[in-house]
Amino acid sequence: MTEIERHAVDVVVIGAGGAGLRAAIEARARGMRTAVVCKSLFGKAHTVMAEGGIAAAMGNVNPHDNWQVHFRDTMRGGKFLNNWRMAELHAQEAPDRVWELETYGALFDRTEDGRISQRNFGGHEYPRLAHVGDRTGLELIRSLQQQVVALQQADFREFGDYEAGLRVFAECTVTDVLLDGGRVAGAFGYWRESGRFVLFEAPAVVLATGGIGKSFKVTSNSWEYTGDGHALALRSGARLINMEFVQFHPTGMVWPPSVKGILVTESVRGDGGVLRNAEGRRFMFDYIPEVFKEKYADNEAEADRWYTDPDHNRRPPELLPRDEVARAINAEVKAGRGSPHGGVFLDVSSRLPAAEIIRRLPSMHHQFRELADVDITREPMEVGPTCHYVMGGVEVDPDTAGSRVPGLFAAGEVAGGMHGSNRLGGNSLSDLLVFGRRAGLGAAAYVTSLGQDKPVVAMADVDQARQRALAPFGGSPADGPPENPYTLHVELQQVMNDLVGIIRRSDEMELAVKKLDELKRRARNVVVEGHRQYNPGWHLALDLGNMLLVSECVARAALERTESRGGHTRDDFPQMDPEWRRALLACELARGPAGAEAEVRVSRHVQPPLRPDLLALFDLAELQKYFLDDELTDHPRWQLRERA
Amino acid sequence: MGYQAHFRVWRGDADAGELRDYQVEVNEGEVVLDVIHRLQATQCPDLAVRWNCKAGKCGSCSAEINGRPRLMCMTRMSVFTEDETVTVTPMRSFPVVRDLVTDVSYNYEKAREIPSFRPPAGLAPGEYRMRQVDVNRSQEFRKCIECFLCQNTCHVIRDHDDNKLSFSGPRYLMRIAELEMHPLDSHGDTGGDRRELAQAEHGLGFCNITKCCTEVCPEHIKITDNALIPLKERVVDRRYDPLFGLFRRRGDRT
Amino acid sequence: MTAPTQGPGRARIHARTLRTDRWWLPPLLTFLGLSAFVIYGVIRAFMNQWYWVGEYQYLAPFYSPCLSEACVPGSSHWGRWFPDLGFLVTPPLFVLPFVLGFRLTCYYYRKAYYRAFWLSPPACAVAEPHRRYTGERRFPLILQNAHRYFFYAAIPIAAVLTYDVVIAFHGRDGGFGIGLGTLVLLANVVLIWAYTLSCHSCRHIVGGRLTHFSRHPVRYWMWTRISWLNARHMPLAWLSLFSVALADLYVMLVASGALADPRLFN
Repeated sequence: MTEIERHAVDVVVIGAGGAGLRAAIEARARGMRTAVVCKSLFGKAHTVMAEGGIAAAMGNVNPHDNWQVHFRDTMRGGKFLNNWRMAELHAQEAPDRVWELETYGALFDRTEDGRISQRNFGGHEYPRLAHVGDRTGLELIRSLQQQVVALQQADFREFGDYEAGLRVFAECTVTDVLLDGGRVAGAFGYWRESGRFVLFEAPAVVLATGGIGKSFKVTSNSWEYTGDGHALALRSGARLINMEFVQFHPTGMVWPPSVKGILVTESVRGDGGVLRNAEGRRFMFDYIPEVFKEKYADNEAEADRWYTDPDHNRRPPELLPRDEVARAINAEVKAGRGSPHGGVFLDVSSRLPAAEIIRRLPSMHHQFRELADVDITREPMEVGPTCHYVMGGVEVDPDTAGSRVPGLFAAGEVAGGMHGSNRLGGNSLSDLLVFGRRAGLGAAAYVTSLGQDKPVVAMADVDQARQRALAPFGGSPADGPPENPYTLHVELQQVMNDLVGIIRRSDEMELAVKKLDELKRRARNVVVEGHRQYNPGWHLALDLGNMLLVSECVARAALERTESRGGHTRDDFPQMDPEWRRALLACELARGPAGAEAEVRVSRHVQPPLRPDLLALFDLAELQKYFLDDELTDHPRWQLRERA
Repeated sequence: MGYQAHFRVWRGDADAGELRDYQVEVNEGEVVLDVIHRLQATQCPDLAVRWNCKAGKCGSCSAEINGRPRLMCMTRMSVFTEDETVTVTPMRSFPVVRDLVTDVSYNYEKAREIPSFRPPAGLAPGEYRMRQVDVNRSQEFRKCIECFLCQNTCHVIRDHDDNKLSFSGPRYLMRIAELEMHPLDSHGDTGGDRRELAQAEHGLGFCNITKCCTEVCPEHIKITDNALIPLKERVVDRRYDPLFGLFRRRGDRT
Repeated sequence: MTAPTQGPGRARIHARTLRTDRWWLPPLLTFLGLSAFVIYGVIRAFMNQWYWVGEYQYLAPFYSPCLSEACVPGSSHWGRWFPDLGFLVTPPLFVLPFVLGFRLTCYYYRKAYYRAFWLSPPACAVAEPHRRYTGERRFPLILQNAHRYFFYAAIPIAAVLTYDVVIAFHGRDGGFGIGLGTLVLLANVVLIWAYTLSCHSCRHIVGGRLTHFSRHPVRYWMWTRISWLNARHMPLAWLSLFSVALADLYVMLVASGALADPRLFN
């Protein structure tokens, strides 16, 4: 066996987006030797695509805001399926995480009195999103990147080596997490540039790999979003929860075809943009669900007044949570009232002066001008739903971000629970920061607790990982024609888009499961050409396995949940069912009998009950729309209700 | 709608390489990156290309198209005529890894040599107060997506590789300008001098303001007018203007 | 030392550029434009006549201010500081160095002539023909940093040209009057001021050097105005270059009698 490049560290962070970098910064600050491994160049992670802002109840614009209100909004947005402890920590800690970014050099847009400005967003009761125009994700990732550099400079001053305590392995893909007696012992991967393998020996791995959007045809996600962390977790023995909940962002570009799916920020609506169908009607007024009737305006006059006087008017329905808006657009298009290219119109040109649009939405203006030849200050945009985010992910302990596999942590989109069945806009960036930090802390505490009892990587496992990675170069397969990874990928995307998409039915999903099985079989026959040096065909072949595994989880969990809730809408079960609210669906990889391949199994678990003081933050009447009566007996008003 | 386009794509690595000809389908509304992807999926699965967001926000797919440094995802095919040959090469100022992918580590090394933002003493997180007018300038520079097209096109290193040692390039001189104009950076209060650093360590004097960085910037940042020239003027304050030195008021970071 | 656009490990592409557009056109036009001005300027400076139209009080911009004993009667408004040194040292030679110095060290003109004359680089992504490049780090190019001093000098000169316009409102009968020449000089001085104030050094001095605009609202306001002008520095540089040559040519033609100044009023 040839020598392999080895790095012994304390913590390996997989992914260099917001969560990964924040975790790495925290781990390094706790004295851990930390490696950050990312598929792209440093600073290119998908976080840069986030536009609207970071939700944090700082109360800079509306002083009524506080963490309790933010908590309520988050739970409502997730249809009360959220892990309440995660939602609580998130709402409490988000402001500190934003302020911390300023100490890294971040420059947010300011209020008149010089504080961080905050903007309105769907589902948030008050202006809450700290932002920089519509390029907040870029600011976030650049600030974290620059803080990483600052820490490296400190190491350079102390040790004469920039990478003594924190090293970034850019364009490097992890294909396996290695275990020792069920505990994490390290990670195995390859350099994309050279194709050479690399071994990280580390007792703690933080997954921060983001989402799974590349399994869908129309998506706002980049090529990196192949569910690597989800798959690594499954294969290491961790559980994924809530995988049936996939968020379709209501407004993605629909034309030209090559940019279909690219995101149009929600800030367009937050700043006054309205949705119209082909008949020119503001159709969102027709789609306000019962549970939101009290909070949203039912006429245009009131909705328009809200932008200037939010305290005395209800919000425009364009700012309903994303799942509602996406479904509404879908319904309008299906009813034949769509725009020429199969979307609806999003118009800001008739709502704000051109200069104001360019000031507030510069990158949208740029994006439409460059990619679609549309001047958004003069004409409406055409938009439609696009796969944007997966609420499901690794089941973790809220306080430490640790999974049930000792040493395996997860933060950000790859972790599940925080957003319930539907995520509010702006809550992802704050999620990255809050739980990225907690994962770094959790990993550091875990490594410290190990003392001398460190797991050891078995060379047999390394060999196996190497063989798995090299399989696509194996030449002609024995049982069938060689398969092209690009073709399989396109077919997978079509299956997920058509059969497990925004509106689901049991017969379609059963077909999807069957087709995924077939694709899985064919994927074993994938053959790639050329050599290992920067070979995109090979990279895709390896990612494809992850996508198939995760897609199967999505399809099987979606089939199981016989209700509609948040990012899971069923034609055959259109109602929300309180019985399902306390049910969590968990996916795991079950080892079959010896020799057989491991299978995805879905099991049903009970959601931990909401803590009474948090329950008390809501009106009993509101809770009764979501909860079963026996879950509400701890509410302070419950006894009064009995008496009345 | 669709037509067959003639593409010439540079294939090779650090040892050898050549421009190869391809006929490839192009559809309405597509960008150069779509066509490169089609080549990958249909004719040369091992064609190496670096890309990510495909929306001009991450700055990964930098290359040279008909000799001009551009993002492949933001170059629409409609700017070429149907019979025009489209030549795509890797960025020419950095070592090539393979095909269209270059080794851009020079940039990351330079980034590490610039002293980071130093938080003001005595202000806790959450107590920072900055006016919008005071952050506007640095915010413009923070729009940078680090595509490194400005670094690639700057003749100081493009035509003189040996200058890479002493010249950090427009992107990182702009980073110095960003920190120099940051209303709360306290590097200067602790004895540091970013202007001196720009001139002495990062080679601001190499810049002859021929503005190619500004011309190629996909974010339309006015790198030369708003970052480099103001920085040069601040260096003049510091180094070359005896009169200014005489009249300078105490604490000139006002 | 490496050959242009080559370097260790780079893609081996030997073409100087793969640009397919007419990249050579802008530097060529710049070359022709600046060359024409220099040639005109040299001829005009040593012509040493036809720069003063006493009847209408038109003074050619190239000869203003006229500070030598050699100046024709009536053309010196600011004193005769220098002796008549013969045909080799004409009156413009005492003032032109400052005016030319301002333009020579101007951030826009630097770009223009570095590209068009020194080909460093001729256009973006087109290799330059030089084996070495050291930029503005050593003598003589380090002197470019003196731009702001030339800017200081340019202000009194622009003021003198303004005075020239005021006295050019001079009629045939000695009282108020307007001729085409008056308007030509007026247009020229407006462009000269616009060019001078749009200068990058001016933008810096007025407010650019401040870190906290919010503490200096007046200077911030001025900075925003100058910044607006500054964004138009290139067109202003060319327009004012043409206008100064044209105004000078116009006065020369009138002074030589080749052209009669059309009078609009008196």
